[in-house]
Amino acid sequence: MIDYHFDWSVITRNWDKFTDALLLGLGLAVVSLAIGSVIGLLAAYARLSPRKWLSYLVWAYVEFIRCTPLLLLIFFLYFGLPEFDITVLDKSQSFVLSLSLYAGAYMCEVFRSGLASIPKQYVEAAKAIGLRPLQRQLYVVLPVMFRITLPAVSNNLISLFKDTSLAAAIAVPELTFTARQINANTFRVMEVWLTASGLYLVTAYVIATLLRLVERRYAAIR
Amino acid sequence: MTFTPGTFWFEAWAAREALLVGLGVTLASAMLSIVMATVCGIAVGVALSYGWWWLSGLARLYVDVMRGIPLLVLILFTYYGLALFGINVPAFWAGVVALGAFATAHVAENFRGAVQSVPAGQMEAAKAIGLTFRQRLAYVILPQAFRRILPPWVNTALEIVKGTTLLSIIGVIELLLAAQQQMARNYMIVDFYLLTLALYLVINFTLAQLGGVLERRFSYLRY
Repeated sequence: MIDYHFDWSVITRNWDKFTDALLLGLGLAVVSLAIGSVIGLLAAYARLSPRKWLSYLVWAYVEFIRCTPLLLLIFFLYFGLPEFDITVLDKSQSFVLSLSLYAGAYMCEVFRSGLASIPKQYVEAAKAIGLRPLQRQLYVVLPVMFRITLPAVSNNLISLFKDTSLAAAIAVPELTFTARQINANTFRVMEVWLTASGLYLVTAYVIATLLRLVERRYAAIR
Repeated sequence: MTFTPGTFWFEAWAAREALLVGLGVTLASAMLSIVMATVCGIAVGVALSYGWWWLSGLARLYVDVMRGIPLLVLILFTYYGLALFGINVPAFWAGVVALGAFATAHVAENFRGAVQSVPAGQMEAAKAIGLTFRQRLAYVILPQAFRRILPPWVNTALEIVKGTTLLSIIGVIELLLAAQQQMARNYMIVDFYLLTLALYLVINFTLAQLGGVLERRFSYLRY
């Protein structure tokens, strides 16, 4: 074993930085999930639409995103968009855009299977009581679908939260970036990375537990 | 299509060697990680499913920790951390170890799921005809679990190929970093990112299709 002396004062001194960074990461994940859900829902409807070209377009989008490394997407949008004179996005916004597009594809798959799993009778019953198409979706299909897809959505939130670590690559000051910075400044390797890993782990665990409570509250129709 | 300096095709041709070397590094690191993850993952998976309580507890802890930490943090931790132990490994190997350790957890979890989906009667029947534990595993459980584990295994491989891009952050010159180095030289940012994207798409789309084929091939399995 090597002669390594732990010095946790590095962590206590920088604790505020760690928590700020963690909250930023959480914020990025939640915003991306929200935008990604909207994209995913629209894409799921498009995927199930009878118009073949629309369905194939969404299929291509989903496959494209699933086969693209997220880091490449982040770099491409961050460095590529300014080439097209789109310079309104700062690095956090650019990252949120990448992560939302990424999340959109995964949410599309989740929502598509959710929509497909809704019994046909529900829609027929809604028709029978005279609801218009939009009302049928709004009051009958969507509420049921959200309950069915809740576990998958919470899984996605956790993996998106983990993916926010990639924002470090374009210098968004989230947890990984902050940890790397403190590591470089102080060279307290073990303390810094154990803390960062611990924070990610605990946060992921807390999110999972909270969402399990929500799932229990809104348990899907069995 | 002009083939003069400053055009995309010229620059791409000029960069072919660097990009191919990068592609090689990507594929090599992915394959090494996958091999490591498969071997270790099955071991951890066996521990998870059949270990004594403390062994399966340890395996469970390992899997949960690995799945709760972002891959990038794991890679950085391994890269900076190994040096502390006096193990002076190149970035490439630190990255492969981190990727492999990450994927091990996924393979182990898939393995556990596959093994559990084999009905308990199979195990009992194997016990009844007097097979030892290793025989039960080798002749009865694994051949059946294997079909279940193959499609998610391909998915893990795909995740690993995507994950190798993170090695660029610790300075391994794989495909992404190789392309970025070319961009730093010729400023053809969009073109070269698209080229890189196309290369990744070819690899990963092939893998994804392979996964789909395997899934359909074994979809007759209903226990």
